[in-house]
Amino acid sequence: MADFTMPSLGADMDAGTLVEWLVREGDTVHRGDPMAVVDTDKSAIEVESFDDGVVERFLVEPGARVAVGTTLASLAPLDDAPTKVPAARSPGAATTPAAGPPARHGHHRRPHTPRAAPPPLRHHAAELGVDLTTLAGSGPDGTVTRADVDRAARASAPSPLPLQRRAEPGAATRPRPRRASPYARRLAAELGVDLASVTEVGGDGAVHAAQVLGAASTAVAPVPPPPPAATSPARVEPPPKPRGTGASRTTIAALMSRAKREIPHYYVATTVDLGPLTEWLRRSNRERGVSERILPAAALLKATALTARDHPELNGFWVDRAFVPGDDVHLGVAVHVRGGALVAPAIHRTADLTLPEVMAALRDLVARARSGRLRRAELADPTLTVTDLGDQGVEEVIGVIYPPQVALLGIGRVVERPWAMDGLIGVRPTVRLTLSGDHRATDGAAGARFLNTLEERLQHPEAL
Amino acid sequence: MTITPEQAREMVARAVRRIVPDADVGSVPDRADLRRTFELDSLDFLSFVELLVKESGVRLDEDDYPDLATVAGCADLLARRSA
Repeated sequence: MADFTMPSLGADMDAGTLVEWLVREGDTVHRGDPMAVVDTDKSAIEVESFDDGVVERFLVEPGARVAVGTTLASLAPLDDAPTKVPAARSPGAATTPAAGPPARHGHHRRPHTPRAAPPPLRHHAAELGVDLTTLAGSGPDGTVTRADVDRAARASAPSPLPLQRRAEPGAATRPRPRRASPYARRLAAELGVDLASVTEVGGDGAVHAAQVLGAASTAVAPVPPPPPAATSPARVEPPPKPRGTGASRTTIAALMSRAKREIPHYYVATTVDLGPLTEWLRRSNRERGVSERILPAAALLKATALTARDHPELNGFWVDRAFVPGDDVHLGVAVHVRGGALVAPAIHRTADLTLPEVMAALRDLVARARSGRLRRAELADPTLTVTDLGDQGVEEVIGVIYPPQVALLGIGRVVERPWAMDGLIGVRPTVRLTLSGDHRATDGAAGARFLNTLEERLQHPEAL
Repeated sequence: MTITPEQAREMVARAVRRIVPDADVGSVPDRADLRRTFELDSLDFLSFVELLVKESGVRLDEDDYPDLATVAGCADLLARRSA
C-alpha cells in the first residue's frame, strides 16, 4: 500500500505547500479521488489518490511546506485481505507469467514477455500501451492473441469522468501493485523519467506510455530526488492566499525556449467560412437558456478534436526521435489568467463529449484555471493544444508548440469578410486557422490535410 | 415592473464585479465598450449576460448582444424589455 506523498508537479518543483485536505482521516478513497490541494510556487492544484485505501492518519498539517516525496498521509488497505496479489484467475492465466516486479527507482527492467507473442503483436500491444505480461491469453496454450490485446486496451482506456470508476470485470480492473508496461519502461529509460516518480497510472493501475509522457512533459529538467527522510520536520508557513493557477514567467520561458530550440516548426493556414456554424449556433442557442448557450469557441474545439482523431499523426508526442500517438484526444486549451499567467490544461477525451459537454467543460476549465484550481492530470496530458485568441481581437495566431506535443492550432477572431462563393461575392463570418506542426513528426502536407478536414467538419455543424 | 436606468446600471455594475472583482465600474463612461474596458472574453461575456438575466428576469438572446455592449445599451434594453 503506497502512502500518499507530495507529488512532483513540475520539473522546477522541489517542495509544495499543503493547502487543505479534501478527505478526512478514516475516509475510504479510491484511485483518482481528489485527496488534497497543493500549492506549488505557481499554482494550486488538486492532487488525487494514486491508490485505493483508507486514510489512516494525516502526517502533515495544512500550511506546511514539505519536500517532494514527503509522506502526507498514511493509507491502509481497503480490507485485511491483501489486494496486491496477482492471483491466477483463469485457466489462461496459469500459463501466463505474473506481472513483473513493480518499477523501482532508477532500474530499468525488461519484463518477461510471453514466449508466444510474435513481434507484430508485441508492437501492437506497445502501441496500445498494453502490458503483455499481464494478459491472460485466449489462444492455444494460453498464448496471447491480437483480440486479447485489443480487449485489454479497451478495458484500460481512461474513463471520461475522473471519479467514475470502471466496473467491468477482468484482469485489467482489479487492484494490483504498481506496474509499468514494457513500452512505458523503455520510454521512461529513454526520457530519464523515474518510473517511481510517475504519479499517474492508466485505468488498469499500470503505468503506460501516456503517463510516462505526461510526466516527461511536466518535467523540463530532471525531477529532483525525494528527500532522504520523509519524517523531516516540516516548515510551517501560513496558508497561501487563494489565487489563479498558471505558470510563472520563468516556467513559460523555459518551456517556450525549449520549443523554439528543439522543434522545427512549420506553419500552414487557411481561412474558413464560419457562416454555417454561426448560423446553426444562433438558431440552436435561441432554444437554449442563457447558461446552456454554446459559443463558437466550444464548437471549434469539438471540431478540432474530431479532426485530431482523423489525423492521429498530429495528436501525440515527439519523444526521443520518434512520434508517439496520444492514447486519445485530450485537447489542451490555452487559458490566459488575469495577471498575465498562461496555462493550457486538457479537456479529457474531447472527441467523445457532446457539444454541450464540451461547452460545460470549457467553462469549468477556464473558471478553475482563473480562480479555483486545476487537477494534476489536466496539466499533465494534453495531446494537442488549441490557442484561441479571437477574443483578444487578433485575426491570426501563429503559435508555438508545447513540447513534447507535435502540433498546435491557432484560432483567430471571427471576422466578416467578403467571400466568393458559387461565382458570387457575399459577406461571411470567417475565421483564420493556423496549424503549427513539428516538422520532425509530420510535413506540411499532413498539416494541410488536418486543416482541410477541419474546414469540412465546420461546414456541417449539425454533426458536431 | 419597469427597471429604471439607475437599477439597470446597478445590475450591470454588480455583474461586472462578479467577473472582474476589482473593476471600477462607476468610472466607466456610459458609451464605453464593456468587453474592451474590462477585457471580457466570450466566456466572461456569457457569464455577464447570465448574471443580468438572473437579476433582471428579462430574456436576453444572442441577437441582443450588440445592444449589451455598453452600460447605456444595457440600461436601455433592460428598461425596454421590462416595460
